[in-house]
Amino acid sequence: MTHDPYRRHAGAPPVSLRGAVMGFGARTLWSGLDLDVGPGEFLAVLGPNGSGKTTLLRVLLGLQPLRAGQVLIGGHPARRGDDDIGYIPQQKTVPDDLPLRGRDLVGLGLDGHRFGLGLRGRRDRARRVDAALDAVEAARYATAPVGRLSGGELQRLRVAQALVGDPRVLLCDEPLLSLDLAHQQTVSQLIDRRRRSAGTAVLFVTHEINPILSLVDRVLYLVDGRFRIGTPEEVMTSETLSALYRTDVEVLRVRDRLVVVGLDEAEHHCHVHADGPATLEEAR
Amino acid sequence: MTAIIERLFTFAGTGELLALPFVRSALIAAALLGLVAGVLAPLVVARGMAFAVHGTAELAFTGGAAALLLGIGVGFGAVGGAVVAGLVFGLLGLRQRERDSVIGVVLAFGLGVGVLLLALHEGRASNKFGLLTGSIVSVDTTNLWLLGLVTVLVLGTLAVVYRPLLFASADPEVAAARGVPIRLLSALFAVLVALTTALAVPIVGAILVLSVTVIPGAAVARVTAAPVLATVLSVVIAEIALVGGTVLSLAPGLPISGYVATLAFLCYLVCRAIGRARGQTRAA
Repeated sequence: MTHDPYRRHAGAPPVSLRGAVMGFGARTLWSGLDLDVGPGEFLAVLGPNGSGKTTLLRVLLGLQPLRAGQVLIGGHPARRGDDDIGYIPQQKTVPDDLPLRGRDLVGLGLDGHRFGLGLRGRRDRARRVDAALDAVEAARYATAPVGRLSGGELQRLRVAQALVGDPRVLLCDEPLLSLDLAHQQTVSQLIDRRRRSAGTAVLFVTHEINPILSLVDRVLYLVDGRFRIGTPEEVMTSETLSALYRTDVEVLRVRDRLVVVGLDEAEHHCHVHADGPATLEEAR
Repeated sequence: MTAIIERLFTFAGTGELLALPFVRSALIAAALLGLVAGVLAPLVVARGMAFAVHGTAELAFTGGAAALLLGIGVGFGAVGGAVVAGLVFGLLGLRQRERDSVIGVVLAFGLGVGVLLLALHEGRASNKFGLLTGSIVSVDTTNLWLLGLVTVLVLGTLAVVYRPLLFASADPEVAAARGVPIRLLSALFAVLVALTTALAVPIVGAILVLSVTVIPGAAVARVTAAPVLATVLSVVIAEIALVGGTVLSLAPGLPISGYVATLAFLCYLVCRAIGRARGQTRAA
């Protein structure tokens, strides 16, 4: 693993977008997006469904070209199968007869995208997988079938899978969804620990900022083609959100949580409600 | 009753039969098929493609029946039908419900057309029946070479694509994020399965192709989740079923498919029992 993370990650920022424009058909998701994410920075990407959060991740993963502008990962243009990027998806149930163990899942994160037998360097591979499993304290169930694991255990393995290749950038797409509070905390802390120790830049797509509020350096908030970038204190205010949603929105700070009031819960905006819907999904 | 059992299980003359060239060819064919089918089976199970394999086999039957009527090689017809069906099913995507209904529709139509084509054919009845239930007499030297070629082709291709294929099968979302060409691999895997299926049809019959391309994978999923071990055990089960079934069928002179399917099913039951016993000890 990296000894002096900031030396290795010196130079170009892990993520850099310049004048980025994205859309489908006649619809523009966002345009004029300039964004640099620095080493070890934790960026939360917020916004209602359809605002282009996941599309932004796809652009960074090199799966979707920008309409205009430039996207650089560690100084080079975004490309498919980039070893500089780790990816954590939503927690989903896995069929219990899937012939795959926890350590296989993590190993696939290291070299699953490579063709060939991969017989060389097997010892080194096993060592890296073990280290990644230890880092998320998942060694105990590493040989269990993934289909038998709980959501929390699986998501820990997901963190190890994304980090085993020692990426410069970690992309997270709603990784806390359908986890209970304790596991939400564990998973976000594992991510936080890594970005501090290895200087990994984190882009964290979520509809619920509260579980990660204390970790977030900056927020990118996307609504209907408009966006704001800034610290949570700058973006998560009544003025900014009202301007973004073009309606009266009030942001209240209750202890260490943010509560957004004024977004019609019946409408499709309800999931940006910083407090409500996540619990609904959990309840299901 | 005893008469039936004596008819089913007799070894009178098995020794002499084993010395016959056509029996030797059949045994080699069974061993080759067991190797390929055994290697593919865990992936078929991981991809949830059991029904697609069944549909592919029925379309191989339709293709074979069409070839019989047109007076061209049955093998070519079977391969043609299976590859077309395999590609269509392979590209239907991974949404189970939608895929299953399309397969059901195509399979019913294909089977109906196949039966009609067979009825139109004025030839030896054993030829007709052979496609549905399999027969070791149908294995000639040309088949053997073809089977050998396909074995090399399938194993060679798998050696190159195994890791990304496993990644795409077991963890499609992260595999896509890592730039694995999911659709291309789906199509490729469908062709490999189709080729294997088409060659299995004359031996075990269209109806029972599942017994060698699915049962071994489903059985090992009960006892191990380690991909490599699962593949090895799956090959062992496929060989027991195919080679054992061939030998058992010799003296009675009955279709081998029943013996193959029964042996495979017994292996499945044993694996289930082992998995269960282990699960109980783990829980205790």
